Amino acid sequence: MATPKSRPRDGYPGRALALILVVTVGLVALMFGTGNTKPRLGIDLAGGTSITLTAKSDDPKAINKSNMNIAVGIIQKRVNGMGVSEAEVQTEGDKNIVVNIPKGGDRQSAADQVGTTAKLFFRPVLAYAPSGVKATAPTASPSATTSGSPAAAPTPSPTATAGSTAAAASPSASKAGRAVGEALLADPTASASAPAASPSASAAAASPSAAATAPTEAEMTAALTQGTVPAELQAQFAAMDCSDPAQRKDYQSTDITKTTVACSSDPEQGYYDKFALGPVQVNGSDVSKAQAVIDTQNAAGWQVQLQFNDKGSKAFATTTGALSTQASPANQFAIVLDGGVVSHPQVNETISGGSAVISGSFTQSDAQQLANVLSFGALPLSFAQSDVVTVSPQLGGDQLKAGLIAGLIGMVLVIIYSLIYYRGLGLVSIGGLLVSAALTYSIMSLLGAGIGFALNLPAVCGAIVAIGITADSFIVYFERIRDEVREGAPLRPAVQRAWPRARRTILVSDFVSFLCAAVLYLVSVGKVQGFAFTLGLTTALDVVVIFLFTKPLITLLARKKFFSDGHPWSGLDPKRLGARPPIRGTRRRTSAPSATKEA
Amino acid sequence: MSRFSNLGHRLYQGEVSFDFVGRRKLWYSISGVIVLVAAIGLAMGLHLGIEFKGGSVYTVQKPGLSVAQVQTAANDVTHGSSALVQSTDKGKIRVQISSEETQSPDSIRNGLSKALDIPVQEIDSQVIGPSWGHQISQKALLGLVIFMVLVTIYLAIAFEWRMAAAALVALIHDLLITIGVYALVGFEVTPGTVIGFLTILGYSLYDTVVVFDTVKENTKGLTKQSKLTYSEAANAGLNQTLVRSINTTVVALLPVAALLFIGGGLLGAGTLNDISLALFIGLAAGAYSSICVATPLLAQLKEEQPEMKALAKRVAQRRASEAKAKAEAEANGEAVPEGEEFADEDLPAGMVGQRAQGAGRSRNKGRPSTKR
Repeated sequence: MATPKSRPRDGYPGRALALILVVTVGLVALMFGTGNTKPRLGIDLAGGTSITLTAKSDDPKAINKSNMNIAVGIIQKRVNGMGVSEAEVQTEGDKNIVVNIPKGGDRQSAADQVGTTAKLFFRPVLAYAPSGVKATAPTASPSATTSGSPAAAPTPSPTATAGSTAAAASPSASKAGRAVGEALLADPTASASAPAASPSASAAAASPSAAATAPTEAEMTAALTQGTVPAELQAQFAAMDCSDPAQRKDYQSTDITKTTVACSSDPEQGYYDKFALGPVQVNGSDVSKAQAVIDTQNAAGWQVQLQFNDKGSKAFATTTGALSTQASPANQFAIVLDGGVVSHPQVNETISGGSAVISGSFTQSDAQQLANVLSFGALPLSFAQSDVVTVSPQLGGDQLKAGLIAGLIGMVLVIIYSLIYYRGLGLVSIGGLLVSAALTYSIMSLLGAGIGFALNLPAVCGAIVAIGITADSFIVYFERIRDEVREGAPLRPAVQRAWPRARRTILVSDFVSFLCAAVLYLVSVGKVQGFAFTLGLTTALDVVVIFLFTKPLITLLARKKFFSDGHPWSGLDPKRLGARPPIRGTRRRTSAPSATKEA
Repeated sequence: MSRFSNLGHRLYQGEVSFDFVGRRKLWYSISGVIVLVAAIGLAMGLHLGIEFKGGSVYTVQKPGLSVAQVQTAANDVTHGSSALVQSTDKGKIRVQISSEETQSPDSIRNGLSKALDIPVQEIDSQVIGPSWGHQISQKALLGLVIFMVLVTIYLAIAFEWRMAAAALVALIHDLLITIGVYALVGFEVTPGTVIGFLTILGYSLYDTVVVFDTVKENTKGLTKQSKLTYSEAANAGLNQTLVRSINTTVVALLPVAALLFIGGGLLGAGTLNDISLALFIGLAAGAYSSICVATPLLAQLKEEQPEMKALAKRVAQRRASEAKAKAEAEANGEAVPEGEEFADEDLPAGMVGQRAQGAGRSRNKGRPSTKR
């Protein structure tokens, strides 16, 4: 960064200027060339939803980088799997995950999806029934559901394929969600047995979809309930309407040793299932591993392999032993994630050994999603939503506009001030500010594409504040030059002599600024980080601009007659600066020769 | 303008000099009073924004909508009266609901949408967990402490420990004043404000560093002469950088003022306002403290050094003897060409006019050491 000491008196100002010109033009060209002509805007400026999740755990060591990265990966998949494109998920600080969903994204479902994290339980199914017939999006006509069967009978026959998995209303083989008819088996790779009757696959594909508007929730429940609802849950179960988002909440948060009700977490064929569930048998944190695999051996398609730890294995063996003797639907095991039933495979046999397979008519993405849920549940982390901001594009645009206007006015004020005060030199500071602005803008645009840097409101503030910092450096140098001129030095030596002293001051103070920005960036979170980043970037650029632009430009200008003769408009008029005071002329004369000698 | 730049020259030459260092007691008492008031304000407590308490904020906008209407709607939705409804700029109305409210933010949002007949997508919302602001400020505080330690070490190496200490005191002084203003006036403290506070750190030190840089230069080899005490040399350095300090502060304040008055004025309360308000107060305090607190304190610390004490003694002795010589000369009826040479202490402390210097001395202004 420092100029070489061996350079000639005046240096080669042209070279430095050419260098920064090339760099600036290069960056701007790169910006246009790659088409990233605008900085990426944060949610607060562009509109959209930003969700900040903070990891919580009883074990502080559990909140570590690798766990956080796993969580980010899974949340990313989930959010993007929701059809929210361009959602970005990243860690922030050491225990936050920020999910940014740009405008137009399905805010509601994304927020829900992000919210469903990490509380995973295995509970036996006691009873279930379809609930509600509407999918998430309300439509004008009640019968026009996604099922595509307008002539729905008041009492559809969901149990047409009885004997198999007793899917309440068997899903079609369409790509819609996860198949309900799933079976929990011992892992065939672990034990050679396991005939894998795969009863579900055919069943699931066989029955046509049958969704209907039910007269009332209670009536439908009464007609369609599979299994026996325990007495204590009956009223709650009958009244529950899973089509109402408010009712699809987590009922099991308090006591996991009790029976509870739950809704399926995703609608199948446009409606939800509701469940009466037994006490928690296996905790999700006892799942050590889950992965989606394709079963080539038995041609059972995609399935999910599960691995339990010791504690989980024992509990799982006991429970599956008990469940396998039950009749449908009480032989099913519900996988409940944050209160929503993700999957409810039936159990055909006692599964000991800690390995199991959930098979069913999975598509690849279904299987992977379920595996993710299981793996994520296995993480000892849960997340709390710390900050959820929804900004309409309108407000975001207003904020950006206000920031830009403020920045522009600030810049104009600084320019006017430096022109009035420094006259000709003011032109140099204008040039410096413009170069600085061009560099900052192009680097920000490129960083947006490169590392996903998003310009948020505090970052805009940082950039505006940086105008002052950049101008400060000019002032330090200008004042030093003027000091030298006041001492009586001719301009060219004055410019050279002022430089080492100004340089030290600028470097020291910029270092302090940069240190501040760096520390803040490293330790802080959220908005503070964006601000610190801009401040650090602009401080670094300030050094570049002063070394490669201001100094060489002034050196060049000092050779021009306009400046070296101290034209009244140059800002370096010795008379104005008092270098030739009328009264003490004698002293001035004595000092002038010694001025050139020094440096 | 020309007057001002002339002032710059006269300040530089020492023709006009503000005795900042000599009046340190005045500055200390002013700062003391301000800090005390700020401390009282702090004791009264800061007005923390919703980010620190947890809750949700909704912004609605619709032509003709009144605050009362929104309040009613909010009360209906929450079945209570705890919602804080404020009108902000441009017809926007802000509804703040504390975290004690049991309803889910989504249902509140939907409720407001229905009650006010505004599409849900057009209601901006922010839901904040109660620990979020706490986390932000805790991290900020951590950053503050780390930064202070690092910068003190850096200043102690680049300059010396006394400068580091004086800069640190000035920094804390600025922070206290800024926070105190917030407490007293009752401005809301948001994460944006915290950002503003943090920026003051860098800026306050930036200013102090520039002043100290000149002071350091002015006092190099000071002990080898007997014309100036440390305090006087420091004050001279301060005066030389005064124009620069004023200029940099003005230049730094201009964009911040633009942010505060234009950015904030266009939008009403918001992050822009929060950051710029804190910055504005802090920058002004920073400029004041680097001149009136940091440097006088530094001089005071330095005067405690044995060699500086010896210097002060020598200076006093020399002045006494020269005054004696002068008196004798005057008694002999001789003209005294540089009669004002030692007039410093006799003049009123605030502005010292015409501190005339010996012939040929001007080249070494601020560098009194080597040739004397």
